[in-house]
Amino acid sequence: MNAPVQAASPVIEVRSAEKVFANGVRGLGRIKLRIEPGEFVTLIGPSGCGKSTLLKLIANQIDPTSGTVLWWGGDFSAVGATDRRLAFVFQDPTLMPWAKVDANVRLPLDFAGVGRAEAAARVAAALDQVGLGEAARRYPRQLSGGMRMRISIARALVTEPDLLLMDEPFGALDEFTRDKLDEDLARLSWQRGLTNVFVTHSIYEAVFLSTRIVIMAANPGRVFDEFVVDAPCPRDEAFRNSDEFAAMCRSLSVLLADASRASGAV
Amino acid sequence: MRRLIDHPWFWRIAAPVLVGALILCVWEWACRFWRVPAYLFPRPTQIWRAFIVGWPVLLAALGSTLRVTLAAFAAAVVLGTLIAFLFVQSRVIELSLLPYVVLLQVTPIVAVAPLIIILVKDTQASLILCATVIAIFPIISNTTIGLRSVDPGLAAYFRMNKAGRWTTLWRLRIPGALPFFLAGLRISSGLALVGAVVAEFVAGAGGRGAGLAYEILQASYQLNIPRMFAALGMITATGLVLFSLMSALQQALLGHWHESAMREER
Repeated sequence: MNAPVQAASPVIEVRSAEKVFANGVRGLGRIKLRIEPGEFVTLIGPSGCGKSTLLKLIANQIDPTSGTVLWWGGDFSAVGATDRRLAFVFQDPTLMPWAKVDANVRLPLDFAGVGRAEAAARVAAALDQVGLGEAARRYPRQLSGGMRMRISIARALVTEPDLLLMDEPFGALDEFTRDKLDEDLARLSWQRGLTNVFVTHSIYEAVFLSTRIVIMAANPGRVFDEFVVDAPCPRDEAFRNSDEFAAMCRSLSVLLADASRASGAV
Repeated sequence: MRRLIDHPWFWRIAAPVLVGALILCVWEWACRFWRVPAYLFPRPTQIWRAFIVGWPVLLAALGSTLRVTLAAFAAAVVLGTLIAFLFVQSRVIELSLLPYVVLLQVTPIVAVAPLIIILVKDTQASLILCATVIAIFPIISNTTIGLRSVDPGLAAYFRMNKAGRWTTLWRLRIPGALPFFLAGLRISSGLALVGAVVAEFVAGAGGRGAGLAYEILQASYQLNIPRMFAALGMITATGLVLFSLMSALQQALLGHWHESAMREER
């Protein structure tokens, strides 16, 4: 961690990565992207712009057709070997319905072979962080959609990740719950110094959470523009109600409309 | 009294029992009114008397049938589950074996039973084999479907965390398949009984260790119709008990998490 060489390298570096799918569609065309430690980067853009594909590339779920992706300046195989970790939160909570909440959160620790006592302590801490310490002995289906998503986030946090990747995690929630979860996520990321890559469709969510927004366009999927959200962290309700928030949402909305036009047929 | 009526279980038990009692009363009355002779259609009281007179023999016969049923059911569960596991391991295995499993299912057991009884020397073994052939199909098909219908999101999560084949099987596929397996168990338990009775009919095995089917055949030769009905009633009761046991097992294992066994909340 303290090695100066490593500190200088970005968390993620996408070097001219291109993704061509089996059916010949160019999902991503020569993407260049650097993500520095502590950044909260949101990928936004019209449907088919490849934001989910780019996130999967960063999660090492798919391989680029050409070009490379570097994690902390190295290969993905080095991620597990060092104490760098990344965690992924899906669109759905993807919890095991037959297991109680604490068992669900403990799952990644079981995979990693963490001992019982330590795992129990870490699970309890992670549940407290998402405000669901009380729900440990309940089953997922006894909880609301928002609570289930919190459990999913706790399952990611329990691994103490350095990089948190989220693919439209709050897309299925009502706006009130989404705002609440956004605030919690903003606070947790800031407290832990997490680096985030976040995919969303929501302009408000993007502006609220991000330090930098990457606007993407389709045909082929590419980075269209970038938008730096210049506001202090951690953010809260007051930021959402401020004039500068509204102004930034308007600017982003204009950029997105441009990106949409540049993508061709919608 | 009022409390008893309000209890949710009251109507679940009281209503069917009332209907049953009503049918028995009408049956008794109708047979008396039209003076139907016992050798054509016995009254419930005559059937009860036949049971009282013949119960030592009938109960021993029930024991025999039950032994065959349980042995066949156990064999069907063990073999069926193993075959299902084999099927999900490889598509090639499933594609090459599935037609024969279906063949087994669509061939009427009554037609095959004589062959089995000729080929297998030991009567008991041949009876069990017949009943197993009938009972195994729901186990195979349900367990296969269950093992296959893994939540794709959870499957992706396990893959991303590099969970091994056994971990995935034990922590994801087996719990996920449980509801399907238990539904198969419920059907299979009834079919094992049907199979045992059919096999006994075909084998016509009498003497020591004769089953209820033999008792029915004997009673029909002797025009002892009330005794026939008594034996039939015992088979039905056995089927009901088996079904209830399987339902209770399903409730115990799934009650807290799966829709199929959840009670409506008020």
